[in-house]
Amino acid sequence: MSSHYEAPIRRPLIVGEKSYHDITVEVAAPVEGKANKLWWTAFAIALTAFLWGVGSIIYTIGTGIGVWGLNKTVGWAWDITNFVWWVGIGHAGTLISAVLLLFRQKWRMGINRSAEAMTIFSVVQAGLFPVIHMGRVWNAHFVLPIPNQFGTLWTNFNSPLLWDVFAISTYLSVSLVFWWTGLLPDFAMLRDRAVRPFQKKIYSLLSFGWSGRAKDWQRFEEVSLVLAGLATPLVLSVHTIVSFDFATSVIPGWHTTIFPPYFVAGAVFSGFAMVNTLLIIMRKVSNLEAYITKQHIELMNIVIMITGSIVGCAYITELFIAWYSGVEYEQYAFLNRATGPYWWAYLLMMSCNVFSPQFMWSKKLRQSITFSFIISIVVNIGMWFERFVIIVTSLHRDYLPSSWTMFSPTFVDIGIFVGTIGFFFVLFLLYARTFPVIAQAEVKTILKSSGEYYKKLRDSNHE
Amino acid sequence: MSNKVIQAMYNDDDVLMDAVKEVRAANHHIEEVYTPFPVHGLDKAMGLKGTRIAITAFMYGCVGFAFSIWMMNYMMIEQWPQDIGGKPSMSFVLNMPAFVPIMFEMSVFFAAHLMVITFYMRSKLWPFKEAENPDPRTTDDMFVMEVAVDGNEAELVSFLEKTGTVEIKVTEKH
Repeated sequence: MSSHYEAPIRRPLIVGEKSYHDITVEVAAPVEGKANKLWWTAFAIALTAFLWGVGSIIYTIGTGIGVWGLNKTVGWAWDITNFVWWVGIGHAGTLISAVLLLFRQKWRMGINRSAEAMTIFSVVQAGLFPVIHMGRVWNAHFVLPIPNQFGTLWTNFNSPLLWDVFAISTYLSVSLVFWWTGLLPDFAMLRDRAVRPFQKKIYSLLSFGWSGRAKDWQRFEEVSLVLAGLATPLVLSVHTIVSFDFATSVIPGWHTTIFPPYFVAGAVFSGFAMVNTLLIIMRKVSNLEAYITKQHIELMNIVIMITGSIVGCAYITELFIAWYSGVEYEQYAFLNRATGPYWWAYLLMMSCNVFSPQFMWSKKLRQSITFSFIISIVVNIGMWFERFVIIVTSLHRDYLPSSWTMFSPTFVDIGIFVGTIGFFFVLFLLYARTFPVIAQAEVKTILKSSGEYYKKLRDSNHE
Repeated sequence: MSNKVIQAMYNDDDVLMDAVKEVRAANHHIEEVYTPFPVHGLDKAMGLKGTRIAITAFMYGCVGFAFSIWMMNYMMIEQWPQDIGGKPSMSFVLNMPAFVPIMFEMSVFFAAHLMVITFYMRSKLWPFKEAENPDPRTTDDMFVMEVAVDGNEAELVSFLEKTGTVEIKVTEKH
């Protein structure tokens, strides 16, 4: 039993008197049960938003990106804002499943599956934007280094935009296999419980014939560990490279060496907020409060608080360096950002990202489910505005005052953005009904060490 | 040698671990153990060798790294050197810093994907593969130890019954 020991001071990660079988039943329940009205309502809304987005995308591709609100001064706006926002959200999933695995944090097990699902679904949304903002989507394959009809005109490997192509596609595909490998034993569990032949067939197919041999588990654990080791620098590199899209340019407000760490912290910040948004609802709807406990939410709130403060530090550092550099253009870019016509966006960013997470210093507030949910939404809004502020305020007043202008989105800009939110929730809602949303095989390994019942049993034995 | 195996079922991982140790101590051959989750230390108790899959990941990573260097050198320096933004690509060494991000991404890409493919091949996991666990409960809360019958079957069954098994079955090896 020694391997199951955990200090009594640690709060249990699995609440209630659970057996291995209870975990199986409760994780399988949302898949085996029927969807309720709430699910169908949410799904219908998400699907409508998604279809609106599809329409907007078709209109954009058919007519050209002139249908967006871009002008000759602001040539990059919502498209890239949304791209960075979605990629950022994706980062939390990898952080939870990979970094917390390397640090042996057991609390990751209740939430890693859904966080990784969120990663994959949000990177899918992110990937849409660079593709459609090319304008000529049918030439999208030109970003790949493949021989073509122009003799051998290759891609430009010096360009940060091309690095992004490699970073995002590596990130998406590696996250996908990491997620799927972890899913195999849980799909196998659903397969072995399935009663209806169709369901059995589907889950047999998805589980790749997983049988749970000792040797398979040995390899499984090693593969998970190595993938975590690979995914950790990968996730840091992805947002670093995203920040290079701006940092390697010569635009005042973008040309900043602090961008890579600042973007990574911001990504983790917004991602954890999104995990909180999703899981606070899911734990309730799918009756998983015993596995996604208040403690999980509290710990995520602490991560939000810390990364929010890092982001705040970066904002202040940027302002300081702009002043300290003595470069007029740089100074104006930041003065304009904070006090120019977009002051309201800057204020919104500051209050949502720097001010609001500070409430989490209070134990009472960070343990409150309602408050955590509100803050998670506030942070997501704030992080969208952060990207908007960086991108649009740095562009809208360029070197030539006669071309100074403002950006206003058209209904197509809004349609595509809302459409990706819809698409994201369509995917997540389908996932919540068909996938094992908790890594049940992993959770079973910590039942005896971190389950409430076993902890109590052990403590009473010691006395 | 007979093709018969005894499948002893357990409902607890700690009992299983003790049973595995006892069976090994009594010099019986454990064919296989099926568990619903990774039981830590089980591979060592069964006498399984460590897996070398992490080493393959390192080698695949090296391949990816080398491939990315070859690819970028061939495409940008040798085959069609271009002058982009006043930065001519005439020398690999001078261009190298700009190649670092993709060198890294390709190393990770190769290491991760080829390692996972290796794992799937070695553990025989792919779509449409039939599952081979002897009982559907082994993905839920049951642990099955398969012991090869070698000699006296009844004696082995009674030996296993004393290890805390909850169910016991003698079958042909599949």
